[in-house]
Amino acid sequence: MSAYRQPVSAFWWLRQWSYLLFVLRELSSVFVAWFVVYLLLLVAAVGDGARAYEDFLAWSGHGWVLVLNLVATAFVLLHAVTWFALAPRAIVVPRVPPWAVLVAHYAAWALLSAGVAWVVLR
Amino acid sequence: MIKMEVTRFRPGEDDAPIVQSYEVPLRKEWAVLDGLNYIKDQLDGTLSYRWSCRMGICGSCGMTVNGKPQLSCATFLTDYAPGPVRVEPLRNFPVIRDLVVDISDFMTKLPKVKPWLIHDGEVPEDEFLQTPREMDEYKKYSMCINCMLCYSACPVYALEPEFLGPAAIALGQRYNLDSRDDGALERRDVLASAAGAWACTFVGECSTACPKGVDPAGAIQRYKLTAAVSALKDFLLPRGARR
Repeated sequence: MSAYRQPVSAFWWLRQWSYLLFVLRELSSVFVAWFVVYLLLLVAAVGDGARAYEDFLAWSGHGWVLVLNLVATAFVLLHAVTWFALAPRAIVVPRVPPWAVLVAHYAAWALLSAGVAWVVLR
Repeated sequence: MIKMEVTRFRPGEDDAPIVQSYEVPLRKEWAVLDGLNYIKDQLDGTLSYRWSCRMGICGSCGMTVNGKPQLSCATFLTDYAPGPVRVEPLRNFPVIRDLVVDISDFMTKLPKVKPWLIHDGEVPEDEFLQTPREMDEYKKYSMCINCMLCYSACPVYALEPEFLGPAAIALGQRYNLDSRDDGALERRDVLASAAGAWACTFVGECSTACPKGVDPAGAIQRYKLTAAVSALKDFLLPRGARR
């Protein structure tokens, strides 16, 4: 007598919305990595002088780079929002309500973004 | 009447499961389990499935109902009207017969997390005292009824069967968080292994599927933080100050 082993479909992640969202969240790490590479390219261009920086800006203006960066932004936002939503379940602080952990994450995000904006725009 | 499409598998006879349809009365107080009992009593006595308490306590009657892991005693036929209701065995487990799955993999893994009180020092003569706040720390995780819905919902367990799994880790945490317990260090090698908490990618479906509100996904993420802090202490602190 042998038991029947239920096969796992290669498309298991299409079976329900929550699985698909999870796979998209995992995929977002590729775009996070891309932004790290993009930042390093920017730093290298700035380091190589004004001409290299102008070239980098011109290259960044290409249609495909813009589209790539827009898609990457969407994935990075998905990554941040879904991760923040899960954070209160991972970080349980005695006598601190879960919503406070969530708010703290968004506050830290806003603060860091404001700091970056100040450095870039001043 | 409502149509129930039930997966059948007869070991030694069938190579793969087949679907068999039955018409059962649609009554507002009938759960899917009542439908199966009607089939067993009135239509086809050869149908095999597990059940016991009929009230969401024993954890025996877990099945896949219309694609979702459910306790068949707590899932009502009227919610699926006009039908059909598709009843399959729990996913991610070998099928022994019809809707009966083999959970020996879980039964082997469970004792590895030592789900019992490990108390250093003297055991009090009459009873352990615990404040309500201390009990609240672990109570949620102690509600597990080993129904296996979380394993059935977990894609990590489906793809990596060596994964310790949601219920086993949550039960390890249940004792780690108990003020009467001193066994966290003994459980660490298993819970913090690659097949333990770190294999979890926080899909979160185990907590959605759990009929008792245990939140295994939350327990696992909390344990990751504990394990990381513990590993850091091992690295930074002298031996005597680690605990």
